Amino acid sequence: MRRLVNRRPGAAGSFYLAALPFVLLVAAYLMGSAARLAENPNDKLLPAPATLAAAIEQVAATEDVRTGDIILWTDTAASLQRLGLGLATATLIGLVFGIAIGLIPYIRATLAPFVAVLSMVPPLAVLPILFIVFGLGELSKVVLVVVGVAPFLVRDVAFRVAELPGELLIKAQTLGANTAQIVLRVVLPQVMPRLIGALRLSLGPAWLFLIAAEAIASTDGLGYRIFLVRRYLAMDVILPYVAWITFLAFLLDLALARLSRRLYAWAQPS
Amino acid sequence: MTALSVRGLWKSYGGRSVLERIDLDVASGEFCTLVGASGCGKTTFLRILLSQERPTRGTVLLDERPLPPEPEPGRGVVFQRYSVFPHLTVLQNVLLGPELQGSRWLGRLFGSARRRAVEDAEGWLAAVGLAGSRDAYPAALSGGMQQRLAIAQALILQPRVLLLDEPFGALDPGIRADMHVLIRDLWKRTGMTVFMVTHDIKEAFGLGTRVLAFDRVRHDPQAPEAYGATITYDLPGRADGAEEGSLTPVHDPIPLPLAKT
Repeated sequence: MRRLVNRRPGAAGSFYLAALPFVLLVAAYLMGSAARLAENPNDKLLPAPATLAAAIEQVAATEDVRTGDIILWTDTAASLQRLGLGLATATLIGLVFGIAIGLIPYIRATLAPFVAVLSMVPPLAVLPILFIVFGLGELSKVVLVVVGVAPFLVRDVAFRVAELPGELLIKAQTLGANTAQIVLRVVLPQVMPRLIGALRLSLGPAWLFLIAAEAIASTDGLGYRIFLVRRYLAMDVILPYVAWITFLAFLLDLALARLSRRLYAWAQPS
Repeated sequence: MTALSVRGLWKSYGGRSVLERIDLDVASGEFCTLVGASGCGKTTFLRILLSQERPTRGTVLLDERPLPPEPEPGRGVVFQRYSVFPHLTVLQNVLLGPELQGSRWLGRLFGSARRRAVEDAEGWLAAVGLAGSRDAYPAALSGGMQQRLAIAQALILQPRVLLLDEPFGALDPGIRADMHVLIRDLWKRTGMTVFMVTHDIKEAFGLGTRVLAFDRVRHDPQAPEAYGATITYDLPGRADGAEEGSLTPVHDPIPLPLAKT
């Protein structure tokens, strides 16, 4: 009998094993839903598949009687725009400050302790300040994502730059590189895969901050909708929305992973 | 002509002396090998020649001028590891020096300037036996091929001085012998001055025209770190003599066959 650590599933085995938890979750839901509805047909906590389908049809395929919009798509567009703007800004900040802090000793001495303290500020605690300063519009929601994600990206990029072997920086200098060239030709390309990795890890927190901001003050967005229909215990809308948000986050993560693999083939373990 | 002149050089970190009382004159075109026990300061000496470290006391003159305070293209280097850039292909690695020199802002060449640089780079790749791997990334190369690449990358700028920090220390003996042939041939053809740190005494005598042995000669039992190492032996190597048979493997001179690595 071989040891457990040496036994591996085949390709098909891996697929079925990966599918197993999902299947179990769906089965548990269906059984729970059926049991609750048998006891009380008006139960709203675990709606039946037909009820879910009707609700999905309502939000994803039916025009709103008042505005003529399909609310799932307007919510998705609003949320993705906020998330995209926030993540893009945070990425730019992470790249610029991360490289500067990691590479330039004077900037590191000036900013590294400050960023370390800044990254400890709980972003949700400053949300009221953001609402006061930037108003209740789009800007405060985007800024919350930036405030929540950028310090982590800055520090991760700075660590990665500091980890680059000193030999490479010396070597670049013996090839005549000035500081700007070291940044452009040596440091930047080598931190990009790490930056994308850090960005992937930031997707979870970014969604968290986005939904929190939307829940508190908004008129559209995926987070707004969930918290709006919560008042009516509308699990038939909340559950599809949660699944949809999860799916979007998963797609973003997958896209970033693909991008990294395609652009930075050298960084992939062979 | 004297390429390097060192007078009264000391190096200490805090209270810990590493090097002391070093006086040395090296003629242009010599192949100096630096040997000694671990921690005896030979790598520190090489780093001073590279301007990666500054001497605590003393003067170092290179071609009659004080050593520049920073690493610069006149002095090429090959380290034992991390000498090539993992994000660049073999050709891009060799091209990097000319590109950095030719384009001060972007560090990239375009058009005819790039074509000329590529031709030059391909010539150097052929000289070190890497012509067949021009589009591979360093991660796909063996240790010996990576060091060949590092040598080509350093030599394309035709430095007056080449500094080698245990460049073959991590290689298999057979590959090492190939690398000895390669480096000796390149040294003879370019006429550059070479300083090479090595742990291998046989390699030191076989390759060098001069072997410089570093050791601590003064000891204080109460303060073992009070005194640094100095050059205790300055011996002629066999590299320029006729009797270089013992170390020279029977191989064609470059271009070396790629299959060897």
